[in-house]
Amino acid sequence: MLRMSDKSAATPAVAARTAIAFRGGGFVPGRSAWAAAAAFAALLAAWHLASATGVLPALFMPSPGAVGIALWRLAESGALAQHVAVSLQRIALGWSLGVGAGLACGIAMGLFTLARAAGLPVAMALFPIPKIALLPLFILWLGIGEASKLATIGLGVFFPTVVGAMAAVDNVPRSLVRMGQSFGLPPWRIVFSIVLPGALPGILAGFRISAAIALILLVSAEMIGAQFGIGAFILAAGNLMQTDQLLAGVALLSVLGLAIGALLTALERTLLRWR
Amino acid sequence: MDLAVRGVRHRYGALDVLDDVSFDVASGEILAVVGPSGCGKSTLLGIVGGLLEPSSGSVTTGGAAPQGCLNPVTYVFQDFALLPWRSVAGNVALALEPHRLAPAERAERIAAVLALTGLAAFAQALPKQLSGGMRQRVGIARALVVRPAVLLLDEPLSSLDAQTRLLLTDELLAIWARERTTSVYVTHNLGEAVALADRVAVLSRRPGRIKALLDVTVPREQRGKEAARGALAALEARLWDLIRDEARLADRERADAADE
Repeated sequence: MLRMSDKSAATPAVAARTAIAFRGGGFVPGRSAWAAAAAFAALLAAWHLASATGVLPALFMPSPGAVGIALWRLAESGALAQHVAVSLQRIALGWSLGVGAGLACGIAMGLFTLARAAGLPVAMALFPIPKIALLPLFILWLGIGEASKLATIGLGVFFPTVVGAMAAVDNVPRSLVRMGQSFGLPPWRIVFSIVLPGALPGILAGFRISAAIALILLVSAEMIGAQFGIGAFILAAGNLMQTDQLLAGVALLSVLGLAIGALLTALERTLLRWR
Repeated sequence: MDLAVRGVRHRYGALDVLDDVSFDVASGEILAVVGPSGCGKSTLLGIVGGLLEPSSGSVTTGGAAPQGCLNPVTYVFQDFALLPWRSVAGNVALALEPHRLAPAERAERIAAVLALTGLAAFAQALPKQLSGGMRQRVGIARALVVRPAVLLLDEPLSSLDAQTRLLLTDELLAIWARERTTSVYVTHNLGEAVALADRVAVLSRRPGRIKALLDVTVPREQRGKEAARGALAALEARLWDLIRDEARLADRERADAADE
């Protein structure tokens, strides 16, 4: 019979027992709620201090307060809403066109041998061209208006979307497709019930990359030839040495980027609850 | 429905996987296929199920399918092959989707197999919320919902832990006790083979050939009982005698086959 050892019985000789010290942990990162807020506060405080003491000359690097005031004035005058609206429209439209076409091509290349054999080398050859280099050509073709900017953004997100969507389709486990075939599901039903839902996580991950590319191309295109839009505003402020306005524009871009990221996170949370 | 496998050979590139495999499975019979790992057991089942094309040979079925059979030859997969974005009921429903059924019959079939596999309370659960055993119960329910004429089980319990495996072995016995569906059961677990099957086919190491066909002489009703243990253990030992040397050689060959 087993018996639990009894402490009083086990101490005739004063045999020192060694405790096994905890030594695990596995370098697992912990959590700290205040560190992030403290880092931001420290950064702002250092910036403010440097501005107040004159280490940062106001003409080249205005204080955080001055940037805040510039933002406030822009909002009050309605100029902010106008620039943001124009930029949002461009990025939404350009991104949607490029991603729509890219998804169609990429999914086709994931599904069909011929589409892949023909399309992949072409996509790979054109993928590395920085698409902003084509803007002058698009301006010649389409004029200085909206079309050339949309074409640049659209083309810029098209190729990464093609490659990403194809990879997402590839990553759907073949065993699931074979399962569908073993139950006699027709091919179109396998595509819609198995392949596309299975590729969705990869496709949504690709949206993050293409949105970042679209934002870069938006600002670049607006700096080359536009009256309105955040990129045009930043360039104009720089030309006039209005650095407070310039930084206000940069702050807006940062907010825009964060907002797009949050939107995509919300989309993933809703569509990929099963993960 | 019965099954006849004739002269099946299979090559993957330069690799001979199966060499002239022939056997019959009678209507209502449960045949286990065992053999050393890498002997082509799963390849053989894939060929029987029409998921792989053999290099030569044929697989034919004969006789009538049971009433209400929608997918005569139906698979249960080793990795369950569940759609993670669909609920338990949704995964089972997938098997009915290529068929025109009245909504009432559809619901009735799904409810019946979920009850049979003990999943009724989990109909709306997602696969990620289920244990491995529960997931394979979904795989089994999905196979039964089409009322198969031939059931092909590809190592269905091998990704489960030992205790869950015993539970599901009993459940499979109970399912077969209700309805004798012609079945081919591929496994590397010899205990499972003698517990479940009427007959056991032993494959040699690669290229796989039928090395022996053994009858499991203990009647199915008695297999759970104490008195049958000795006979089953003796049979298992006999199977191991047939496989041991093959397995040892296969293990060494595997180390050599760096090109696989």
